[in-house]
Amino acid sequence: MIKIEQLVKRFNGAPVLDGIDLEIEQGEIIVVIGPSGTGKSTLLRCLNFLERPDAGYLTLGDLTIDSTKATRAEILAARRRTAFVFQNYALFANKTALENIAEGLIVVNRWPKVKAHARAREILERIGLADKADAYPASLSGGQQQRVGIGRAMAAQADIILFDEPTSSLDPEWVEEVLGLMKQLARERQTMLVVTHEMGFAQDVADRVVFMDSGHIVEQGPPSQLFRAPQDPRTRDFLRKVLANQIDPAAT
Amino acid sequence: MSVLNVDYMMGLVPILLRYLPLTLAMAVAGMVLALVLACGLAVIRVLRIPGLNGATLLFISFFRGTPLLVQLFLFYYGLPQLLAFLTQIGGITATIMGLTLHFSAYMAESIRAAIVGVDRSQTEAALSIGMTNGQLMRRIVLPQATRVAVPTLMNYFIDMIKATSLAFTLGVTELMGATQKEASGSFLYFEAFITVAIIYWLIVEGLAWFQRRLETRLNEAYRR
Repeated sequence: MIKIEQLVKRFNGAPVLDGIDLEIEQGEIIVVIGPSGTGKSTLLRCLNFLERPDAGYLTLGDLTIDSTKATRAEILAARRRTAFVFQNYALFANKTALENIAEGLIVVNRWPKVKAHARAREILERIGLADKADAYPASLSGGQQQRVGIGRAMAAQADIILFDEPTSSLDPEWVEEVLGLMKQLARERQTMLVVTHEMGFAQDVADRVVFMDSGHIVEQGPPSQLFRAPQDPRTRDFLRKVLANQIDPAAT
Repeated sequence: MSVLNVDYMMGLVPILLRYLPLTLAMAVAGMVLALVLACGLAVIRVLRIPGLNGATLLFISFFRGTPLLVQLFLFYYGLPQLLAFLTQIGGITATIMGLTLHFSAYMAESIRAAIVGVDRSQTEAALSIGMTNGQLMRRIVLPQATRVAVPTLMNYFIDMIKATSLAFTLGVTELMGATQKEASGSFLYFEAFITVAIIYWLIVEGLAWFQRRLETRLNEAYRR
């Protein structure tokens, strides 16, 4: 179980996260939505300590970290329990697809290379890129790169995978294959926290949708409830804007 | 004007080539030591290690800001007067020392620039999977920085090979020193110095060929 309590993050004094509380059960799929600049990505980055929170507690399984006093060892432990999928993929440019997935197992988990590569091949199989094992990121399409990015996160066997707008950098033609892989993970009950603007994905896959605005969690609930009957005017306003541009299948 | 004495030149080549190993040895030793030192200096600059950072800046400023010849004279003639134990220092050692310190100052800056030039997302991705700073430097950042730095570093190596010729001012008989001796014996200065020029030129061209191959290999991962 993952528990975030009173998490605060300020940039130059201005609060970007203003006391976030969130609990995530094992196997739960949570989608975070909200306007740009409301701290969704920052929330994910704080869980992985890519940003250092200014206050608050973070519990990952049996590890509870007081973020103001987090030690180096605690930060490393938190990172090992949380895997991150980046908007811009951020694959290691000097490593092949296989090596990107195996890298953490070799360096962080100290697996022998042969064992790590065998696991990486299994993962490439699962993400449908077995034939791209020896390809470098520069020669892969955006969709393929992001699938490898997800593969790298899968290899970490973290308590939770954090997805930071995983499809926002992709050309539209590649979005579906990445969402497809994420749905596959969801079916396997991989715990996931996903920041995305893909409302269809949230509707289909999320156990819970969290709406954030100005550094606060405004409202949360199952997608059926949040999308059909949003309680807060800010949620209603946001959904009206976002859904206005999406095709309603019933109308065509 | 007399015609070029080609026979003399052809005869000179094997004599001069006997001194080529010493020239190359000084250059290679200087390059290896300078690379190690430069990497250290670059990492200090990138991480802004307190205390060391200031010392590094001063070091780079001095060794970039003064002529190599002045530095060589300082090490060979000057330092032994200051520090008694350095009286044993030979011309070859002093040259390698001078080349190392002088070129490490330049190389540190290009290595630093190459490290800083590696995309921030690479560091973040490495941190996100739980790597330590040392691990991500070794496995992710430095290999990528190498690719960027290699062309510049090879240029410095080429420069260093040519700079070994200054060793002759410290009484070392390497390629240049040998040429000088031969020329003053035969009075065929033009022939002697054009011969040694061509020898340096060919060495550098050989290196340039090697450099192109190395760059192709290093770029393999980045071809679309």
